[in-house]
Amino acid sequence: MSTSRRAAIVGVAESDTGATPHLSVMSQQAKAAKAALDEAGLRMSDVDALLTAGSWAWGPSVSLAEYLGIRPDYLDSTNIGGSSFEAHVGHAAAAIEAGLIDVALITYGSTQRSDPFNNGLVEAADVMSRQFEEPYGVPLPIAAYALAANRYFHQYGVTSAQMAEVAVSARQWAGLNPNAYNREPITVDDVLASPMICEPLRKLDCCLVTDGGGAVVIAAEDRWTDVATHPITVLGHGEAITHSSIANMPDFTVTGAAQSGPKAMMMAGVQHADFDVVEVYDSFTITVLLTLESLGFCKPGEAGDFVARGRIAPGGEFPLNTNGGGLSYTHPGMYGIFLLIEATRQLRHDFADPLRQVAGAELALVHGTGGMLSSASTVILGRS
Amino acid sequence: MVNVVPYPEARPFWEGVAQGELRLQRCQDCGRAVFYPRALCPYCHGDRLGWFVASGSGTVYSYTTVHRGFGEFAGQAPYSLAVIDLDEGPRMLSRIVGDVTVSIDARVQVEIARFGDHNSMALPYFRVLRA
Repeated sequence: MSTSRRAAIVGVAESDTGATPHLSVMSQQAKAAKAALDEAGLRMSDVDALLTAGSWAWGPSVSLAEYLGIRPDYLDSTNIGGSSFEAHVGHAAAAIEAGLIDVALITYGSTQRSDPFNNGLVEAADVMSRQFEEPYGVPLPIAAYALAANRYFHQYGVTSAQMAEVAVSARQWAGLNPNAYNREPITVDDVLASPMICEPLRKLDCCLVTDGGGAVVIAAEDRWTDVATHPITVLGHGEAITHSSIANMPDFTVTGAAQSGPKAMMMAGVQHADFDVVEVYDSFTITVLLTLESLGFCKPGEAGDFVARGRIAPGGEFPLNTNGGGLSYTHPGMYGIFLLIEATRQLRHDFADPLRQVAGAELALVHGTGGMLSSASTVILGRS
Repeated sequence: MVNVVPYPEARPFWEGVAQGELRLQRCQDCGRAVFYPRALCPYCHGDRLGWFVASGSGTVYSYTTVHRGFGEFAGQAPYSLAVIDLDEGPRMLSRIVGDVTVSIDARVQVEIARFGDHNSMALPYFRVLRA
């Protein structure tokens, strides 16, 4: 990225997550926004850009601006699925670099667990899905990820037991996170013994269904001296789309991360070996295997071995999804904003617990995946 | 009850299904077969797309067996869904009828049928060809 005018994350916060019948989609975002701004020492009146995604309104950023009582002059309701918030970081950073804005507020909220009929998620399938998927009884999104997993297993001989390590390690990280929804340890055998939903995906291969909201505040470097936190610089970003419906995914084993990852890393001028901590969207265990390969952390077919033997677990050499992820921490429909919140806290060295905190973390890769492995968005964050 | 309201450029496809045919589009410029129905070829972006009757034969690219159906499909589980590489080129998602046992690379043949409720509309399903 050009060094003309840098952008950094200066505040992050969640609202209450888990089951939140006392909150609405709007109040979740408002509370998270206030907490993130408070942490940064900024005020709501400093916000000149509002970015949010959801289908709880025709124009979520418009509705939320009114609810918050602000009149930002840069609005973005881009919804590309769970990766929207990584894309929002890229859009905000570009606007800061261009001199259009100074302070951007990115938010998300969902009440899908407590209020499934007014939950902020996509309600209506697109016209193609209604014609060519729904009539066959395709449970989405899980069937799409199951189709990808079976193809991946077939091509590379990776097994359900290898894939289960992703869920086991996520649960170990969740055990260190008091806010995680599920914290009791699980084993590979527990994953394999959990009910089959859509072959080869079992219940414990699937993300949680929770409520929750979050907020991320991004500021131009002119404002960094005003803020109370250690700014975490946006060093690179990239987005990609390969398809919308699963039948149109060109190769079921390669996601858009193969495009967005190298783009973001080239912008940041960093290599795979440089990352201290990695946060990738874990909608399902298979999502993590495909993403690690597509990002280039290992070769095609090698992710099963890559995640084995506690390598991605607490204390392992490749700290991944260090809050417990969508599999064990929280997953309120779209999870992308929580990846950003966790990476920021790791790079700020916020955690006192030496197992929870990745020691000396300087550089993080954050990767969101949206839809049916459809959209990809990568963000590179750095402490200095 | 399954019911599809065709979008305008998909009407010839659904009219074909009603007549027991699997129809695809073919781009008159680049010659490639196209599914789902479109106004522009997704390969060369030409706008001259004609219709033809496909062989209905294909090869399974991937599949999943659904153990937890939902809504009107809840009582039908287990059933298998497959993504099929049609011999003419395009890939489509459908359901396997008959024996749910299916594997990647299995050869399949279209079978236009009504599934479940007799009021349901006909759809192109696929049956595994067993040697």
